[in-house]
Amino acid sequence: MPTLTPVLRGCARTLAALGACVTLGSAAHAHNVWMMPSSTVLSSPQWITVDAAVSNDLFYFNHFPLALDNLVVVAPDGQQAEAQNLHRGKLRSVFDLNLDKPGTWRMTVINRGLVASYMLNGERKRWRGKADQLSQIPAEATQVSITESFGRIETFATVGKPSALKASGEGLELLADTHPNDLFSGEQAVFRLAIDGKPAAGVEVTVVPGGTRYRNGLNDQTMKTDQDGRFSVTWPSAGLYWIEAGAEDARTTVPQAGKRRLGYTATVEVLPQ
Amino acid sequence: MKLHYRFAVAPLTALIGVPALAAELGLTIEVPRLDVAEYHRPYVAIWIEREDRSVAANLNVWYDLKLKNAEGEKWLKDMRMWWRRSGRELTMPIDGVSAPTRPPGRHRLGFSDTGAALQSLAPGAYRLMVEAAREVGGRELLELPFQWPPTAETRVEARGKTELGVVEATLKP
Repeated sequence: MPTLTPVLRGCARTLAALGACVTLGSAAHAHNVWMMPSSTVLSSPQWITVDAAVSNDLFYFNHFPLALDNLVVVAPDGQQAEAQNLHRGKLRSVFDLNLDKPGTWRMTVINRGLVASYMLNGERKRWRGKADQLSQIPAEATQVSITESFGRIETFATVGKPSALKASGEGLELLADTHPNDLFSGEQAVFRLAIDGKPAAGVEVTVVPGGTRYRNGLNDQTMKTDQDGRFSVTWPSAGLYWIEAGAEDARTTVPQAGKRRLGYTATVEVLPQ
Repeated sequence: MKLHYRFAVAPLTALIGVPALAAELGLTIEVPRLDVAEYHRPYVAIWIEREDRSVAANLNVWYDLKLKNAEGEKWLKDMRMWWRRSGRELTMPIDGVSAPTRPPGRHRLGFSDTGAALQSLAPGAYRLMVEAAREVGGRELLELPFQWPPTAETRVEARGKTELGVVEATLKP
């Protein structure tokens, strides 16, 4: 089992937003990333639309759109489906999806990349890119530190009866016990986090209810996953919720990278009783 | 002198040919008359729950089942408790359960223990659940607890405030 180090929440946000061309700075400048589906519980096959944005306020578009280049949609039967009418605007991206089969649909943006810092002529420099661009780091650079990042941003929608979520086996991801489209106000949900398909213990999780504009406090809940990667959350009210988790390990896929930062964010909908 | 009866005495009812009376569940459901600019008949789901909230039987679901391409099914999820506890596992329409929406007024339904809905209802404590959801309107859920089978004629009543009027269940042994 790799050693996991819980990472600052800000770092998780930074790397999750890498696909959105957010400049790499200190953790304090990172922004929340999220997708927002028009519906999550449907009683017949139909279209939904999903917004995607980089914005701290949940769930308001006031910063950047989320790039959808790495969007993957998986239908209930495990096949990939194609998003339609993709559009990237000033503050949000959007796509339509035809949920034409019963079961649970999963929409995920996966952003992989590398970040590096090094010293050159007495100055600290930063670099961001893909594995095949590593040669961009000058040969005379010293104290080169390369970190691999794997960020996953996702949401779920179910037509009819919820179907089981299959682990992708890659990076940090959320799985049932409680199905993410079976959430009700006042009830406790139990989720599991996995890293590369294995239970992720000791991972810090943050849960924030939407509607931040209309209240004074953030009202966030924070918790850590247990030995089996489980964490639980009791929903204080109905609405959309943002779930975020971050972790760090040494299981890099790029040999030059010394460590790997994993990020996960999901948007779920909690219905009233 | 003792007379020994060596033949079995048949039950009197079988000799006379009177059938055993079936236990009955009679329902009256009031769809309230509402004074609104845009009125749509509510979707209503009527089902029986066990004490652990699992669904023992679906009695009736009133929705727009005549629409083309099953478009009426799009709003079944608005009866959200029914949808979660039973509806989402079902394929509509279901004979004897699916029914069209009803206008304002009192509507009577009757179920006997020989019918499909109640024949496998084990003895115990249950809740009759009635959930209504109205387009451009609200949603309301009523619960009426009862024992099955009834040992005496019983009446249970619940009153809705918004989307349902009086709901009455009469149980006859």
